[in-house]
Amino acid sequence: MRAVLAATLAALLGAPAAAHAGAPPIVRPVGESQLSPAQLGEQLYAGNCLRCHGIAGRGSTTGLSSGVAGPPLRGVGARAADFYLRTGYMPLDDAHDQPIRRRPQLDAKERAAVVGYIASLGDGPPVPRPEPGRGDVAEGRELFTDHCAGCHQVAAEGGILTGAKAPPLDRASPTEVAEAVRIGPYVMPAFSERDISDDELDSLIAYVQYAKHPEDAGGWGINHLGPFPEGMVTWFAAMVVLVGTCVAIGRRGVRR
Amino acid sequence: MRRDPLRDPIRFVDERTGAAPFARKALRYLFPDHWSFLLGEVALYAFVVLVATGIFLTLFFEPSLAKTVYDGSYEPLRGAEMSHAYRSAVELSFDVKAGLLFRQTHHWAADVFVAAIVAHLLRIFFTGAFRKPRELTYLIGLAMLFLGLLEGYLGYSMVDDLLSGMGLAIGYGVALSLPLIGGNLALLIWGGPYPGDPAFESRMYIGHVLLFPAILAALIGLHLALVAARHHTQFRDGRGQTGRRLVGVPAFPGQAPRSLGLLCAVASVLFLLGGLVQINPIWLWGPYETALGTNGAQPDWYLGWLIGGLRLVPGFDVVIGDRTVVPNPFWGGALFPLVVLAVLVAWSWIDRRITGSHGVHNVLDRPRDAPLRTAFGLGFLTWIFLVFFAGSSDRFFVFLGISYEAQIWFWRFGVWIIPAIVAVAAFRSCRALQQFERVEATREAAEEEARALSAPPEPERAQPRG
Amino acid sequence: MRFLRRLVGLFVAARTVRELARRPDEEPRIVEPGEPDPRAEAAVIVLLLLAAAAAVLFVVAYALEWSTQVLGGALGASLALVAAALLVVGARLVVTEELAEEYPRTGTPEEQDAVARIVRESGSRFTRKRLLGAAAATAGGALGAALVTPALSLGPALDTSQLNETPWRRGLRLVDRDGRPYTAQDIEDAFYTAFPEGADPKAIGSPIVLVRLDPGELRLPRGRERWAPDGIVAYSKICTHAGCAVALYRNPKFEPAQPDRALVCPCHYSTFDVATGGTVLFGPAGRPLPQLPLMVDAGGDMRAAGGFSGPVGPSWWGVRSS
Repeated sequence: MRAVLAATLAALLGAPAAAHAGAPPIVRPVGESQLSPAQLGEQLYAGNCLRCHGIAGRGSTTGLSSGVAGPPLRGVGARAADFYLRTGYMPLDDAHDQPIRRRPQLDAKERAAVVGYIASLGDGPPVPRPEPGRGDVAEGRELFTDHCAGCHQVAAEGGILTGAKAPPLDRASPTEVAEAVRIGPYVMPAFSERDISDDELDSLIAYVQYAKHPEDAGGWGINHLGPFPEGMVTWFAAMVVLVGTCVAIGRRGVRR
Repeated sequence: MRRDPLRDPIRFVDERTGAAPFARKALRYLFPDHWSFLLGEVALYAFVVLVATGIFLTLFFEPSLAKTVYDGSYEPLRGAEMSHAYRSAVELSFDVKAGLLFRQTHHWAADVFVAAIVAHLLRIFFTGAFRKPRELTYLIGLAMLFLGLLEGYLGYSMVDDLLSGMGLAIGYGVALSLPLIGGNLALLIWGGPYPGDPAFESRMYIGHVLLFPAILAALIGLHLALVAARHHTQFRDGRGQTGRRLVGVPAFPGQAPRSLGLLCAVASVLFLLGGLVQINPIWLWGPYETALGTNGAQPDWYLGWLIGGLRLVPGFDVVIGDRTVVPNPFWGGALFPLVVLAVLVAWSWIDRRITGSHGVHNVLDRPRDAPLRTAFGLGFLTWIFLVFFAGSSDRFFVFLGISYEAQIWFWRFGVWIIPAIVAVAAFRSCRALQQFERVEATREAAEEEARALSAPPEPERAQPRG
Repeated sequence: MRFLRRLVGLFVAARTVRELARRPDEEPRIVEPGEPDPRAEAAVIVLLLLAAAAAVLFVVAYALEWSTQVLGGALGASLALVAAALLVVGARLVVTEELAEEYPRTGTPEEQDAVARIVRESGSRFTRKRLLGAAAATAGGALGAALVTPALSLGPALDTSQLNETPWRRGLRLVDRDGRPYTAQDIEDAFYTAFPEGADPKAIGSPIVLVRLDPGELRLPRGRERWAPDGIVAYSKICTHAGCAVALYRNPKFEPAQPDRALVCPCHYSTFDVATGGTVLFGPAGRPLPQLPLMVDAGGDMRAAGGFSGPVGPSWWGVRSS
């Protein structure tokens, strides 16, 4: 019985290690510094993206069973490429995994080159330039609650659904938020300009910015998650102190 | 007669009330001084803080679901449509001096109140303090625990914020799920199909502010009166305690400063938390609407066992033909707590059966002295705790990456298997500890006899041996 | 510190002298005597004075509108210092007597007997006790029931058919939270919350969620072939488990490798398949999410084409399971 339990626990704990098996190492072309941005982009693509996303971004599902597959990139534009690269979501080891935020292994010049290459594959949207300063936090709060809170939690602390995590937004830059809202990365819905206009998006981003450091008038915000951390404070802080006080006041030790 | 500043007021009161004999007895009432006897007091003092801070809050809160538009000082809510209830709570937090302090202290006090009762209940259970003649005291305590859960639920649900609103919808779903009467009951309580009559807010308010605190106060009074009438139980710790002989510290002067000090300590911790650690930032959640939801919504900790129950049950409604007979939330949201309550209520009778002891008990068991009770209690507690723990599986998906579905499936079996293992292990440990003590006692007796035999013979003494 | 101790010592000495002078004939003591502890007394005095200072700080902070943190810190500190003072008093300044006494009698059989006899003997004039008892019980029961009956006024408890009603009717337009009608073109790649035009948006039957699927993906139950014009499906937004809003939409961008399209409820993670009529994929919901048939009118606005496929919201006794 104990062995079965141990095995189960090990299997469950081992699962995350397999699921987030890190990004594959970047393959760089020889003589990188001599290449033009277009060549650099094409070669970095060939070395790191092609095996999943196919020649000239046409997509591929042949290696699906081993996770070597990817959607077509024609027409996704600079917007998607920029998003996935600057967040480190791509390159991804296994197409079945949820991309997670990582430090990008490509430097800025390399990223720009790849973005340029992917943008050249077909007409697609450019990298957005949101202006959260022109947005209204109150409108953003309402939009966020309506469209985003179900997954990302009302204070943008992140959450889960069956089959995926919705990450917290504390590290998302305004550009990344603007890109993600339009793209809908992984299983996130994609909201078009018709759903959330660019002005509304500015407000939404203003709220996300606010949510990174909301007004914690009550003191330590304990992650703005509500009763879960509050219960931990109750037991691990308050009750520890209070039971400790009882132990200090009263007699200890009971023997027959 | 010379004026005596101490005796004069005492005489004044006694001549008009006859209270001096009672006061004398009360002052010298003996308290056992083991620290675990103070846990109930922690709960009592948390209740005192609840009432004191609660009175302040009632003077500001508007229990009305009528709609208004916010135009106060908290910018992210400007222009938002919300109920008067929610608005008054937000304004209390931002625009009333010390308002947020009292709101937060009140909420922390509620969390600590239930936690202290649970700690106290554990002590009562595992030492057998619920046994004759204290069964009624114990039942009153259970009533207070469950009433406290309801009281807390109503308290934070009155505010009509997004998190608690979702919790109320779930409460409606659980009420609906009761076989036979669910539909009728939910319509009765809510005054109509969800979201119900606006008067529902008043029902929560008057329940939370008047009816249930009054019942709780009466139960507390009764509980304390019964404790004093039968006197406290006590541990045997070498000072001559028996089932007849109570050894302790008198209420005055010994116990009083300790108890008062504990009152101040509890109030201190609660006010410190109330000022320094944010709790229930309703302005962040926003106002509730039927069509809105947020991820990560949880009830307050003491209802976490119910969300675990609701999440764990596999997806089925019991259906006969095409009529639903037992909706799904019934198992985790209603039957589970009813079973827990029933087992706890019946425990003093069950305990008599399994330990075979039917007499009066004034001396407490150590957990090891009642292996069956300890084993069952730990198993039962583990069961409840694991269901509670399973309710946080979403957080563990976030922290550890273990898929949510995998965790739920694990716990669907784990919450039955692990408590059984714990119970068996606890039973064995108690027996082992008892055996160890028996062996130790035998060894000590043998050593003493050996010493006595090897010592030079003593002159005749008149004292009896042993 | 030494000055304080001397002060305390002087005070104690003066009081002792006064007491001795007042009561030359001492009665036997009830409370055991104990040794004085001037250091403890000094500590208590210091703690109390600090507590006073903290309390004053609270009042000042209140008046100057300092933060909640200062208010709570000051008040909490003041109470903590009083607590500390009291605990020092308890530990060092009062005598901790260890006394013994007898537990009270478990029961007093003589008095129990007397009570029983009083009641029994009082019935000497009754000849038909059982009949009277039955009558009293009947009266009590009936009167009790009568007194409780007005509780039914709290709500329409006797008519659970109301739970089946929703505001949706054939022809009602779908509008967003601001009352603007949805057109088919509005429904793109996200999820959309809609309400019946002119109805109460707070009613549990009102909110629906719309998503657009590729018509080829649809595998709706028989009879619902025309319910999804252009691949747009609508479901009740209220979870059939316990009533939360189904506020998550799982929308994969690369379907071969990513989780299927689904609506997920954030409360207990019931997961509903939007392509197959709201069937439950995971989680505790016992019924599929009720689907609302849609149609697009001549002007392009979306309208309901009928009522839901099943009861909306959490199940209850007797409700038709769909």
